[in-house]
Amino acid sequence: MSGPSDYQPSNPVLKWIERRLPIIGLVHSSFVAYPTPRNLNYWWTFGAILSLMLALQIVTGVVLAMHYTPEATMAFKSVESIVRDVNYGWLLRNMHAAGASMFFFAVYIHMFRGLYYGSYKEPREILWILGVIIYLLMMATGFMGYVLPWGQMSFWGATVITNLFSAIPYVGESIVTLLWGGYAVGNPTLNRFFSLHYLLPFVIAGVVVLHVWALHVAGQNNPAGVEPKTAKDTVAFTPYATIKDLFGVSCFLLFFAWFIFYMPNYLGDPENYIPANPGVTPAHIVPEWYYLPFYAILRSIPNKLAGVIAMFSAILILAFLPWLDTAKTKSSKYRPLAKQFFWIFVVVCVLLGWLGGKPPEGIYVIAGRILTFSYFAYFLIVLPLLSRIETPRPVPNSIADDVLAKTGSKATPMVSTVIALMVAGALFAGSAQNARAEQQEVPPSQKWSFAGPFGKFDRGSLQRGLKVYKEVCSACHGLSYIAFRNLADPGGPGYSTAQAAAFASDYKVKDGPNDQGEMFERPGRPADYFPSPFPNEQAARVANGGALPPDLSLIAKARSYERGFPQFVIDFFTQFQEQGPNYVDALLQGYEEKPPAGVSLPEGSYYNKYFPGHAIKMPKPLNDGQVTFDDGSPATVAQYAKDVTTFLMWAAEPHMEARKRLGLQVFVFLILFAGLMYFTKKKVWAEAH
Amino acid sequence: MTTASSADHPTRRDFLFVATGAAAAVGGAATLWPFVSQMNPDASTIAAGAPIEVDLTPIAEGQDIKVFWRGKPIYISHRTKKQIDEARSVPVSSLPDPQTDQARVKPGHDQWLVVVGICTHLGCIPIAHEGNYDGFFCPCHGSQYDTSGRIRQGPAPTNLAVPPYQFVSDSKIQIG
Ligand code: FES
Repeated sequence: MSGPSDYQPSNPVLKWIERRLPIIGLVHSSFVAYPTPRNLNYWWTFGAILSLMLALQIVTGVVLAMHYTPEATMAFKSVESIVRDVNYGWLLRNMHAAGASMFFFAVYIHMFRGLYYGSYKEPREILWILGVIIYLLMMATGFMGYVLPWGQMSFWGATVITNLFSAIPYVGESIVTLLWGGYAVGNPTLNRFFSLHYLLPFVIAGVVVLHVWALHVAGQNNPAGVEPKTAKDTVAFTPYATIKDLFGVSCFLLFFAWFIFYMPNYLGDPENYIPANPGVTPAHIVPEWYYLPFYAILRSIPNKLAGVIAMFSAILILAFLPWLDTAKTKSSKYRPLAKQFFWIFVVVCVLLGWLGGKPPEGIYVIAGRILTFSYFAYFLIVLPLLSRIETPRPVPNSIADDVLAKTGSKATPMVSTVIALMVAGALFAGSAQNARAEQQEVPPSQKWSFAGPFGKFDRGSLQRGLKVYKEVCSACHGLSYIAFRNLADPGGPGYSTAQAAAFASDYKVKDGPNDQGEMFERPGRPADYFPSPFPNEQAARVANGGALPPDLSLIAKARSYERGFPQFVIDFFTQFQEQGPNYVDALLQGYEEKPPAGVSLPEGSYYNKYFPGHAIKMPKPLNDGQVTFDDGSPATVAQYAKDVTTFLMWAAEPHMEARKRLGLQVFVFLILFAGLMYFTKKKVWAEAH
Repeated sequence: MTTASSADHPTRRDFLFVATGAAAAVGGAATLWPFVSQMNPDASTIAAGAPIEVDLTPIAEGQDIKVFWRGKPIYISHRTKKQIDEARSVPVSSLPDPQTDQARVKPGHDQWLVVVGICTHLGCIPIAHEGNYDGFFCPCHGSQYDTSGRIRQGPAPTNLAVPPYQFVSDSKIQIG
């Protein structure tokens, strides 16, 4: 992409092709012979990481689309069948979901790097603007992708974000109706979002080609911010940059794999494991972490239209950066003031993200306004002003000089920044969690056999839990995503196929119509799903005092509670994922005969210590001695609660054992591979010095 | 790329590069597997393909029914004496895909023909009781099957397949 190539193939076939379509020469000049500054640091590997992430998102996305159904009544279920039934479906889904977060994580680093080293300055303005366009497209794509699982957060996120456009005077309402294809978010909305979510990544890929093209015309910027002058300043893209990028990629994959295999729900919202319900809004609508700073800006402006304008301007202002910062020196390394303000700006962004996950009340509103002002002030006041008043330190004469002047200590700031960034990332994630929590008794953390990197389900506990479900819970709660055949699946309760079939035949399942056109009942088969106790929602409500007993298939992942700072940062490293089980277990044991003094309960409610708001419609479900176990386990409420919770965790994630097992293998491989890449990189670069 | 520094330890350097390359290849291939494997039938599809039982009592002599198993139509014909005789009187050696009628039905249940109703040419569904042999006629490209479901005429290369099945009782079969 940098003009005609001098590449001359010697193979006659390649020669024949090259004369007609000089594609090999194009690749050669762009990705082999292409000169790259020799002083690039590891922040520059994020370009390669982003290319990989885009490719990975497209590939996993295309595969998921083969199994996904974009229809309002089936979307949620189809995602669950991907995770439960499709071969490696859980892996592909985790890759795609965590991949979106990783993509944004990498793009933020890439953007901050560009900001710090002045990569948007002459002659790279268009390169930078193309980057801003890619970022905007990514946000749109990510948003629409989040809607597709059609959980509660999907639905209400879609409602809130599309309603932003209703702020536009006069035509706002019509635009929103146009976006929805209906009078509210519904099936037509889901359908078009799916279509666009499939389309936009390819548009991104197209703009990425332009981005890379512009990059190869202007040449890469570098930490010194001086342009290469002689051949001594550059090295060939391959092998030098390639190998360095690949090492960066392999380290990034380690980080990525941690989420895929060990923390798949860390960045997600438990609320999204509840199917979309147009009649109930979740207590706190929190977007995905990567939108939080802009969400905070939106909320800190009291006027609807002004808030929306501020939010969009916060992104669009980036496109004007080349003309807001007119300082001649590119790299902040040589700009003592700009450097300090850069880091202040980073902190402002992180804090905005943290605020985005907080409820908009009290001190948070004021903080939000101050930070919003600071965000814009950085671009509109600080940068233009600094361009005029700051005296930069002298820049090196050439890149070669910069390399020679460097000592071996350059790795230290990188490491500390990485740690700072991880903490910041965790802060975002944690704040999203925070917002969810009510004032609520924190369930005690139990010891679960399935916790941690080597966790496995306790078979006995699963079997007892199934018994408790069958004899107690199933009177009111469905388990509609579990089929009887699952009881014989590896990593499950450990029944044989014959035992599962016998278990199934105890149930009466409705089938039909038969040749006479009538529905009939027959004994259950392994392929049947657990029948639900009520034919429909209305019947369930009538039988339960107006409350709807939730389906339990996903309950262990759909419930959570606040972990608080700094606990959620530690959770990331200790792989704590057991909020759901802790909550369910605590709830089952949290009933109290009489509410504490001064608390009055509404008619038909019971007092539960751990239920948000404490007034629960479900009467105390478990009592000592209610279920007898064949294996001699104690017939106590504590034991019942523990077993049924274990069972429900398995029901929510039947492939957890496979996930952790594969995760271990992947980690062993990736650590070895990253090590090999490191030494290979060192060897290759030894020749360059 | 051979420079003085690397010439000092040529074997070590080569080993490192080969090991890294090999690890990358192994990792790449292993990553590819889930993407291929996901194309196979998923667990619910496999479970839905479990054996089915069919009651034969309602099928009168000379009639046939079509049931579905694993998404395929299965013809169950209650053959008349005449049809059985027809099937058994042709010299086996004259058939394009030589097979005796006895080999295509269960012993003691000669009147029941159970075949997969998918033309072995290109997968259309043949029509029962049609064609020159009182068996099956495929409208797509004119293949003709006899009362034993054997190919007699037309482009189809082989006889209609017999699915795995057995008699659970005299009037009930299990397919699969
Ligand atoms: S498909 Fe039946 S004859 Fe061609």
